[in-house]
Amino acid sequence: MTALLKVEGLTRAYPGVVANDRVSFDIAEGEIHALLGENGAGKSTLVKMIYGLVQPDAGGMTLRGRAYAPAEPSAARKAGVAMVFQHFSLFDALSVAENIALGMETPPPMRQLAARIRAVSETYGLPLNPARLVGDLSAGERQRVEIIRCLLQDPKLLIMDEPTSVLTPQEVSILFATLRKLAAEGTAILYISHKLEEIRTLCDRATILRRGRVVESCIPREKSAADLAEMMVGARLDTPARAGGSPGEVVLEVTGLSLPSATPFGTSLRDISFSVRAGEILGVGGVAGNGQDELLAALSGETPVTPGAVRLKGRPIGALGPSPRRRIAVLAAPEERLGHAAAPDMSLTENALLTAAIREGLAARGFLNWPATRAFAERVIADFDVRTPGPGNAARSLSGGNLQKFVIGREVLQRPEVLVVNQPTWGVDAAAAAAIRQALLDLAQAGAAVIVISQDLDELMEISDRFAALNEGRLSPPRPAQGLTLEEIGLMLGGAHDMEVAHVAD
Amino acid sequence: MIRLEKRPQPSRIWTVATPVLAVALTMVAGGLMFAALGKDPVVAIRTIFWDPLFNEQFASYSRPQLLVKAGPLILIATGLSLGFRAGIWNIGAEGQYIMGALAGAGVALALYPLDAWFLFPLMVLAGALGGWAWAMIPAILKTRFRTNEILVSLLLVYVAEQVLAAMALGLMKNPEGGGFPGSRNLQHYPAAANTELIAGTGMHWGVAAAFIAVIAAYVMLTRHMLGFQIRLAGQSPRAARFAGVNPNALVLICLGLSGALAGLAGMFEVSGPAGRVNIGFNQGYGFTAIIVAFLGRLHPVGILLAGLLMALTYIGGELAQFMLGIPAAAIQAFQGMLLFFLLGVDVLSNYHIRLGRRRVA
Amino acid sequence: MDLSAINPAVLAASLMVAATPILLAAIGELVVEKSGVLNLGVEGMMITGAICGFAIAVETGSPVLGFLAAMLGGAALSLVFGFLTQVLMSNQVATGLALTLFGLGFSALIGQGYVGIKPPAMAKPDLGPLADIPVLGRILFSHDLIVYLSLGLVVAVWVFLRFTRPGLILRAVGENHDAAHALGYHVVRIRLAAIAFGGACAGLGGAYLSLIRVPQWTEGMTAGAGWIALAIVVFASWRAGRVLLGAYLFGGVAVLQLNLQAAGVAVPVELLSASPYLVTILVLVIMSADRGRAALNAPASLGRVFHASN
Repeated sequence: MTALLKVEGLTRAYPGVVANDRVSFDIAEGEIHALLGENGAGKSTLVKMIYGLVQPDAGGMTLRGRAYAPAEPSAARKAGVAMVFQHFSLFDALSVAENIALGMETPPPMRQLAARIRAVSETYGLPLNPARLVGDLSAGERQRVEIIRCLLQDPKLLIMDEPTSVLTPQEVSILFATLRKLAAEGTAILYISHKLEEIRTLCDRATILRRGRVVESCIPREKSAADLAEMMVGARLDTPARAGGSPGEVVLEVTGLSLPSATPFGTSLRDISFSVRAGEILGVGGVAGNGQDELLAALSGETPVTPGAVRLKGRPIGALGPSPRRRIAVLAAPEERLGHAAAPDMSLTENALLTAAIREGLAARGFLNWPATRAFAERVIADFDVRTPGPGNAARSLSGGNLQKFVIGREVLQRPEVLVVNQPTWGVDAAAAAAIRQALLDLAQAGAAVIVISQDLDELMEISDRFAALNEGRLSPPRPAQGLTLEEIGLMLGGAHDMEVAHVAD
Repeated sequence: MIRLEKRPQPSRIWTVATPVLAVALTMVAGGLMFAALGKDPVVAIRTIFWDPLFNEQFASYSRPQLLVKAGPLILIATGLSLGFRAGIWNIGAEGQYIMGALAGAGVALALYPLDAWFLFPLMVLAGALGGWAWAMIPAILKTRFRTNEILVSLLLVYVAEQVLAAMALGLMKNPEGGGFPGSRNLQHYPAAANTELIAGTGMHWGVAAAFIAVIAAYVMLTRHMLGFQIRLAGQSPRAARFAGVNPNALVLICLGLSGALAGLAGMFEVSGPAGRVNIGFNQGYGFTAIIVAFLGRLHPVGILLAGLLMALTYIGGELAQFMLGIPAAAIQAFQGMLLFFLLGVDVLSNYHIRLGRRRVA
Repeated sequence: MDLSAINPAVLAASLMVAATPILLAAIGELVVEKSGVLNLGVEGMMITGAICGFAIAVETGSPVLGFLAAMLGGAALSLVFGFLTQVLMSNQVATGLALTLFGLGFSALIGQGYVGIKPPAMAKPDLGPLADIPVLGRILFSHDLIVYLSLGLVVAVWVFLRFTRPGLILRAVGENHDAAHALGYHVVRIRLAAIAFGGACAGLGGAYLSLIRVPQWTEGMTAGAGWIALAIVVFASWRAGRVLLGAYLFGGVAVLQLNLQAAGVAVPVELLSASPYLVTILVLVIMSADRGRAALNAPASLGRVFHASN
């Protein structure tokens, strides 16, 4: 195997943290190479350097034996390096063809480009209509836009940053077929993920990053998922303990909940019905953009709905806003930590006030009790092991995991009867994720009804009692989580969206 | 190379220091401008910032003027700052000021020559209501149709100016005025006059109202839920909705409050220092107050100081015009420059500025 | 009252003249907003252009040089805004207001010596037989160059945004600056260029007021034209063709109310004078009430601060 890309001693520091510390590895032509690491291990910084978005402080790279130091992405693209981003670099209000043209150095005229898009999408089994607006596409289709954008440039090296986080299991297997075909044609693929099973099925080699350093290099097929996890985290993690109890009475009942989308590219909720019992965790799975935010908003009261659509122990509460719902112990924690669950520039004390004013009695006739608020913030910090110098610090100064612990802890400590969380461990390090899942299990154990909306199927299988899937704003009937196979879950999630017709040509 | 690095949290020192730095930079740039006009920059700056307060010849006249000019600026800016903090941009305070003045004066002129203790309080109420009602137009259009409040509130200034003209030439024209435009002089109508409370200080009811507004705003912003919600809505609107803040209610409250305060300022002005309703009675206080609000960092105490400083530039500007022949427009440009510098140096409170290449930490 | 004194052909022709300053400013602002920047300083740039153009035209005797100077002046002022908002990441709304406040003062300062002067006239192109066509000739072919230039600019902006690659990149930057940055486009540079273009257009529009429409210099002579231009961009839901429609609609109202005033219609003069502003507000309300369509065209990153985090 000849090395296509050789990375030697790449180092890049940010204020207060060395994101990459003398990272070295190499990729051969036609190799699918995994870059494995936790959130914050430095994977993103590393690929940004390879793609020319960030310049290294020290170290260097060679591409096919020649020095390679892209000053900007267009230089990387010219050298044959293409990248599919985790948070898509797409433009909602532009068409598929326009989006693809923007990612190319010298795009052909629009008409020819559309024809080429059709041709490539046929070859690789990724059907796509060049004239559609990207904002109207599903998450899987949007990823196809990114991939085709890369493929049109005949890349020698294709970087894929967490590509499967937005796909159903069926879509994942189609993507893998595409990637294997590309590799067979000689394209090297740098595959970034923290999903261990995927890496074991797909990748030829793996380089493992921890706190900015390469800690190990291995052939993933020869290792177990537990081995890989240990290399990645640096310690064995306990899976959350759950004591099987029998659920109590129905606490929250949703019937025929429909909600038209408020934004041009949003998702409408369609006739959603389910119920949750005391002591039970209902897991709601689904690919990004299928109505998760909208469902949370309807349950938290941010978007009021018809009164009877949501009932708490039989009492209609659909029309209540967030504050009245908090008063009756219906609490929520949205997905976006900075800017939705918490105000980035405000202190943790102020952020504690944000949702806890009512239940913790932090305001009397509108006048605020700052000492009590501070004490509550301190309690959250202590009970949930939030690493911060103190409650006076701004929310944005905390790491993702610590802020998420604060956000979840803030709700849990308010003794909810119903707690709805969306993506509780998204972008959170493994230790914090385990702590958050344990807190949710404990909360259910203590008798609360918990709804966990998540795109992480492993997480849902680990903690939920029943599972339902959200697909294009519709919710499947919940089924007991135990015994569900990946295949069944995939079909509940909508299978391979519009892809039945497609098959990868050999 | 110069690079900007976002601070983990806003710098407290720079938050206070930036307005001072901006004023200093404006003095330098303004000095250059005065030099370009052929004036001695040092003398010009001294005439504007020093002489009105400390030159024995002028201070006796200028010092009271400081409060007279600062009163309306502080009153309006305090109201505007609430909206600005919440991301609600009322830039039509000038129009609300006019309408408040018209409503307040209208009550007095309608009841002339009634001599009753309740007349002045009634005028105060009418002034606040006039400004409030004018501000409700952009507020309701915003909540009902999501119409941009910046454009509507601003365009309404021009409409208010036309209403003012119509009043000065028609309904409110002084019947004993010999056909000249303009209303009766309220200063000569004791029951309606906003007189100096303490002789020789310039302190009138409007100034008192400004101080009360500053204190009330301070308490609200730091100790009250409404103030917290205003700050929250401005910093992260989604988090505010999640916290249960009703954005429409906030629009109505913020525009209403700022309109009412601007209306009050107009009413105190027309019944006090200005005396009468006339074309061009508004002197741009509503616009200058925007600068005052930002210079005071949208903080009540800051606004108090900024209002006094801005009033000083008005008085000093007049003095410079009189003594050195510096045109009034130069002061206006000077005030505009101050806002530029302020917005420019504000970067220091949220970002570190790093010089040279990054080193490995 | 004598409405028969209003000649429709003359009215239509003067409508085009009345609309041109706003059309110029609005088409420039359209490009700025399409790049994701909200510059509320149009009024300040227009009045700066008005005085720069006027002063240079008077000093050199050449209206063409005046117009060039106006464009330079407007662009220079807009780049102050660009530096503050794009490099120092200041709030766009506040900085735009600062631009207007400063522009009004600065222009009054420069304009001290120019009050009451008549500027040199700009020669009109002789379109020969075209101008002699009855009615149409008066309406369409009797104008000065700037009127035609403004129309050409509308077409050019439409073609640029719709069909060219730089136009596509500009729209992409306005739509999602983070994605554009990830693809390697220079967000700040592209926006600065758009801001400068917008400033030049606004300056040109202002000079058209002081050199042709009025023509003389008075303090604050733009009288809200810049704000109306901003409203027209919203009305046009960010489409070049509809900017033309909006500007001419406004020009129509402005000219009609002047004619009605002259004809002595039994409506208070003040109401007529306020009518352009009231009509603009009305149009804004109608446009914003219709959510779906307008929202799709509004650049998604409009007014948001961009800071490359890496």
